[in-house]
Amino acid sequence: MNWTAYLPMLWHGAMVTMTITLAAIVIGAALAFFFGILRVEGGPILSRIALCYTEVFRGTSLFVQLFWFYYALPLVGLSLSPTTTGILVLAAHAGGYGAEIVRGALSSVSTQQLEAARALNFSRIQTLFRISLPQAVVEMMPAFGNLAIETLKLSSLVSLISIADLTFAAQSIRNITLNSASIYSITLVCYFAMSLVLMAVIRVIETFVRRGNVFPRGAQF
Amino acid sequence: MMYGYEWDTTTWLTYTTSILPIILIGLTVTLKAAAAGFAIALVLGLVFALLRRSRVTVISWATALVVEFLRDTPLLVQLFFLYYVLPDFGIVLPAFLTGALALGLQYAAYTSEVYRGGIEAVPYGQWEAATALNLTRMQTYRDVIIPQTIPRIVPTMGNYLVAMIKETPVLSVVTVLEMMGLANMIGERTFEYLVPLTLVGLIFLLLTLVCSAGLHRLQKALPKAGIPLR
Repeated sequence: MNWTAYLPMLWHGAMVTMTITLAAIVIGAALAFFFGILRVEGGPILSRIALCYTEVFRGTSLFVQLFWFYYALPLVGLSLSPTTTGILVLAAHAGGYGAEIVRGALSSVSTQQLEAARALNFSRIQTLFRISLPQAVVEMMPAFGNLAIETLKLSSLVSLISIADLTFAAQSIRNITLNSASIYSITLVCYFAMSLVLMAVIRVIETFVRRGNVFPRGAQF
Repeated sequence: MMYGYEWDTTTWLTYTTSILPIILIGLTVTLKAAAAGFAIALVLGLVFALLRRSRVTVISWATALVVEFLRDTPLLVQLFFLYYVLPDFGIVLPAFLTGALALGLQYAAYTSEVYRGGIEAVPYGQWEAATALNLTRMQTYRDVIIPQTIPRIVPTMGNYLVAMIKETPVLSVVTVLEMMGLANMIGERTFEYLVPLTLVGLIFLLLTLVCSAGLHRLQKALPKAGIPLR
């Protein structure tokens, strides 16, 4: 049978890939901010916990994490669907790298800014949300963009825990038609196109964040 | 039973110690794959970076497109592509080499950007001085530019090596028996996945921490002025 008949299957897989990637990016960003802020502001105990989180998810391979949670969660009585497991592990992985980005950006805010905030009697929360974060977010955007692309690419690994994403669809179609060259070429082009779209979206968000900065340009040194 | 080692699943401790030799055999494969892949990435990345700087627009554009494509598509699919499509063209490689090639290709795209950044960071006066001394383009790169680039790029290259080590488990999907593949096989036979997977995870964590510490020391030991190639 001609492989073109299977294109709808590939399209469906691409939708699954996109859903998983977007969900993982959104949850991952939340985790990144949570643990990144804890690293900087958390005090001795909480910042160590955040450090453990980032080291574990950055230091062990995503491949191992996926399979580990896939087999481990049912043992503790949590039977999540493979898709949920895939999204959560992908998000935790991205969150680990993201937390490091947030930490780096927060600690690169100049000390004069923090001193000025203290001189003006800002509380720690106010300093964080009104002084540090607005400036740090702009610095984070390029690195977050790379991380988002990385997450899209790594999402192909969820096909190995039986989620029917784009890679899984490609594998199935290849097994039926044995037409490897066309199927994998199309799949690669699909991923490339999705990356380009994702990059364009990130550009838009980046300009939005830059413009939405609460500080007028001249006030930043 | 694998590689002559019998596993003992009575407790997690006996299980761990009994499968450790098997996993360590896998570790050597993991490290070999990462070493081979990284060697390919270092060489091919430099080729990409130099082609990208070519004065012929077609060559530099085509290279840019290839690099961008390799960077923005998943390693897993690239690996499947090489593994299933190369034999159609009569190129039949062992799974290990296919895997190393896939790792090398993807990371060549990353390293080419590192080389490019490093080369562009060399002050323009160095190029002018090389021209004044009547050096050929080849001599300029070999004796002037690249030696100064090396200390700048070592930290980033090291980070990519660590990242690559963590991506080698992907090779297990094309039947390369590295750590993760072996752990999964042990799990399939004993129905106890967690111990082997945790063990592999811990070994990766240890590898990452050791490599990062080693890189940090290497970075301090490197001469800032540059390293002559001959």
